[in-house]
Amino acid sequence: MTTTNTAALIIDDLTVAYNSKPAIWDVDLTVPEGALMAIVGPNGAGKSTLIKAALKLVRRSAGTVRFFGQPYEKARRFVGYVPQRGSVDWDFPTSALDVTMMGLYGRLGWFRRPGKQERALALQALEQVGMADFADRQISQLSGGQQQRVFLARALVQEARIYFLDEPFAAVDAVTERAIVTILQALRDQGKTVVVVHHDLQTVPDYFDWVTLLNVEVVASGPTAETFTAENLRRTYGGRISYLEGVDSGQ
Amino acid sequence: MDSNQSSVNSEQLSVGSGQWSLVPGQSPADRRVWGLIGLMTVLALLFVPISQLFLGVEYSYTLRVVAVGGALLGLISGALGCFAILRRQSLIGDVLAHAALPGVAVAFLLFGRQLGLLLIGAGIAGWLGVYFIRAVTGTTRLKEDAAMGIVLASWYAAGVALLVYIQSRPDASQAGLKTFIFGQAAAIVEQDLWLIGGVGTAALLILALFWKEFKLITFDAEFAGANGFRLNFLTMLLSTLIVVAIVLGLQLAGVILMVGMLIAPGIAARQWTNKLEQMVILAAVLGAFSGGAGAVISATAVGIPTGPTIIVVAVGLALISMAFAPGRGLVWQQWRAWQDRRRFAGQRALHDLYHYAIDHGSPKTPVPDAFLSGIHGRSAQRALQQLVTQGQVERRNGKWVLTLAGVETAARQAHNQLLWAVYREYGHSLGLPVINEDRRQKIELLLTAEMIRKLENKLEETLV
Repeated sequence: MTTTNTAALIIDDLTVAYNSKPAIWDVDLTVPEGALMAIVGPNGAGKSTLIKAALKLVRRSAGTVRFFGQPYEKARRFVGYVPQRGSVDWDFPTSALDVTMMGLYGRLGWFRRPGKQERALALQALEQVGMADFADRQISQLSGGQQQRVFLARALVQEARIYFLDEPFAAVDAVTERAIVTILQALRDQGKTVVVVHHDLQTVPDYFDWVTLLNVEVVASGPTAETFTAENLRRTYGGRISYLEGVDSGQ
Repeated sequence: MDSNQSSVNSEQLSVGSGQWSLVPGQSPADRRVWGLIGLMTVLALLFVPISQLFLGVEYSYTLRVVAVGGALLGLISGALGCFAILRRQSLIGDVLAHAALPGVAVAFLLFGRQLGLLLIGAGIAGWLGVYFIRAVTGTTRLKEDAAMGIVLASWYAAGVALLVYIQSRPDASQAGLKTFIFGQAAAIVEQDLWLIGGVGTAALLILALFWKEFKLITFDAEFAGANGFRLNFLTMLLSTLIVVAIVLGLQLAGVILMVGMLIAPGIAARQWTNKLEQMVILAAVLGAFSGGAGAVISATAVGIPTGPTIIVVAVGLALISMAFAPGRGLVWQQWRAWQDRRRFAGQRALHDLYHYAIDHGSPKTPVPDAFLSGIHGRSAQRALQQLVTQGQVERRNGKWVLTLAGVETAARQAHNQLLWAVYREYGHSLGLPVINEDRRQKIELLLTAEMIRKLENKLEETLV
């Protein structure tokens, strides 16, 4: 415990149970800094729960989570979170710029109001995701892909060291998906760590260099080339997917 | 989709031109909302002298007290009610109002008619109701709506039973307790104004202080939690403010209709604006107007309870807003749809005439009636009339011929469509930004000149 860990995220024995049924069980996971990692698994595998438990949005039954060696309370400043799009009422009276600025509320603390500086930072983040022209647009007028990008901008504005995204590509058009992946890869190139709950197995080898296969327990975790194998996928999904030999990465 | 902003504003859509200022400017929509707020404030202030002059209302001391009391209560519940609406907890407001009744009764039995204590009793009973709802949904299989229904009915029944019991006792001071059911303007005395004003101001101050926190937890509680905001504390604080608004307004609006006073102003305000700040301020103003006007009207007309009168005004404002607000208003939407149909009928007719003419020789070829009526039926005549008025088409020897202006417009329309087709197919590979605008508009308005040039070059390539 005294060696300096370059791991962005270390999860030990993490367990979350609802009514005595485990959502995730005894999860051990290490995410090295600078990794672009996908978390994949069947429905109900606990992928979202894993992230929420790490971010203390859901109560942990057991286990520890360390971000750059610190517990979440101390590391909050360095963690960015992009929740699922469906968790929000998109008819709320606010604009894309406003939502992006909400990413900075945590930094302002109690009683301070966002001002010109926050506005400028938010506009910058919107530029990064290609939404600067929609800054004043009411969010209900945005398409699904645009909403997702605004959510991403809200996380980017925090300038975190590690980002968690929960199903960012769900119900998003191909162009937006490509745009978001490009941004995530740029983040990785800047040395940031990115962890993504992902639902599309096809794109894992293309987008991510690291992958974790989860089905309540961790089946395998590591660099995509070694980990994303037919064998591991069978163990994760049971008989529920048909897997074509010779189509996966490098084989 | 509602949109007073979806029409192309070419200033705002200059792609990549970095025109954004750091100071929020006043858009026409903003000016409209502030104008409305100003108008309602002026109307509210003028209400008194106007009703004095034209309706012969005598503003006795009591009536003045009633007017101010109603306005204050309307203001507070209007503002706080916005959050109840946005949190989809409008019905919790109803439960809290009904659940307050036994609290009022019990407080009276214990302490007599002391307004402050009665309200505290109301608050406690309301809180017990909410706590019960949480407990029931947490432990049994009942969903929230069933739990709310149980609490509302049973707490209210207990309250009514207690009130009847109180009335059977020979106690003069119990007169006025029944007003909690329907509300009564005369129930407000000057002392109450100080209580209402004081508590109300405190509530609004807290709202202002915690504005960004409340905004965040209402919009995305999960994100708020992840960012270190104390969700439990903030949610409880906001709920408490709503309880305070309800409890304050109970005397005036009555238990049954309090929810209307809570949410009608917010519903009305939502129709006019897409910004939370404006919505809350406008709701406060509309609420003040409804509360004041309702209280005064019911005080001057004998036998009308206050609650219903306030609600009639407030809901009336909400209905007007829902019908006539620009953008979201139903009347506007219908009118815009009708306008669009007309405009597109003209465009389509011109398009069809142009292509028929070209197919048959030159753009100036006369087109027979039967062609357009065959495609468009009766609306063809109306479209043609429109085109004639615009000078795009004229009638010659029983047939329709495009004028020079018409040929030009049609050619430009056709070119625009070709560019859209090129954009759709090659836009991404040319590195053009994604446009989610209404694609019936001119593409030149949505892209920079350089991007248009790229499209034109691509178009030439494909045509060769």
